[in-house]
Amino acid sequence: MKKNDILLAGAVLGAAFLFLLMQKAGEISSSAGMVTVWQGREQVGVYPLSEDRREVFVSPSGGRNILVIEDGEAYMEDADCPDGLCVKQGRISLAGQTLTCLPHRLQIRIEDVPGTGPDAVTG
Amino acid sequence: MTEKEKKGIRARTRASEAAYLGMMLAFALILGYAESLIPLVFAVPGMKLGLPNLAVLLLLFRSGPKEAFLVNVLRIMLSGFLFGSLSSILYSLAGGVLSFSVMLLGKKTGRFGVCGISIAGGVMHNVGQLAIAAVVVESGGLFYYLPPLLAAGAVTGLLNGIVAEQIQKRVQGHLPEK
Repeated sequence: MKKNDILLAGAVLGAAFLFLLMQKAGEISSSAGMVTVWQGREQVGVYPLSEDRREVFVSPSGGRNILVIEDGEAYMEDADCPDGLCVKQGRISLAGQTLTCLPHRLQIRIEDVPGTGPDAVTG
Repeated sequence: MTEKEKKGIRARTRASEAAYLGMMLAFALILGYAESLIPLVFAVPGMKLGLPNLAVLLLLFRSGPKEAFLVNVLRIMLSGFLFGSLSSILYSLAGGVLSFSVMLLGKKTGRFGVCGISIAGGVMHNVGQLAIAAVVVESGGLFYYLPPLLAAGAVTGLLNGIVAEQIQKRVQGHLPEK
């Protein structure tokens, strides 16, 4: 193993840590947080984080996801995709956090004020 | 190297080359299968050990870029058809091609050992997959997963690099080399 190899590993880990810090700094707890649901680029739902509810989303390809908002937290209760990663991603409650179901192209985001998410500018 | 060993790896015909690359392809495929049996507990899409990259690394360092690229792409197509889906081929191909290009460039600089190249490959594989995923979901929000994927790429890349280095040492003289 060369010295440069170690340096490279360190640099990548450092960059990862830096990105993580930047992300954490951007995550704010917000009582007025809104849960937005996106199917690709299209917004298919907006719900206040403060209201408990359970929603079923069916993607154009026929995939099903069940989103639950409970006690100020959002999580995916069930999904019929093969990997089920969105369910494993756990609960989110801070603005800036996301849940993604790649096979169904579904994304759940928490936004501080609706419409100010990262894609409000670019999308 | 003994006379017997020299004789064993002397004949470099097209047929022996095809057989050797076929064997490396099988090696990469079985590593991919083994990898699919090991579930990673982290809930980040696309996180993998990257074991098949061992075969690509060995070929890149022992045979050449053409051979390594060929086995890399064929491995992705085959394991996609065998165990995955069309979309998994798309993701893997994006990751595979980006990772391969960066590994090749890194090797050309001559500043890195097997481990460094492996780290670059692991990291870039994850970056490429994430980029394609972001296009599919049509959202930049996926870059939320960049930090864990970067870190995972570096760690798995380092581990793969160490293993590749050890394999290199042990197959010296037993496998063809350019």
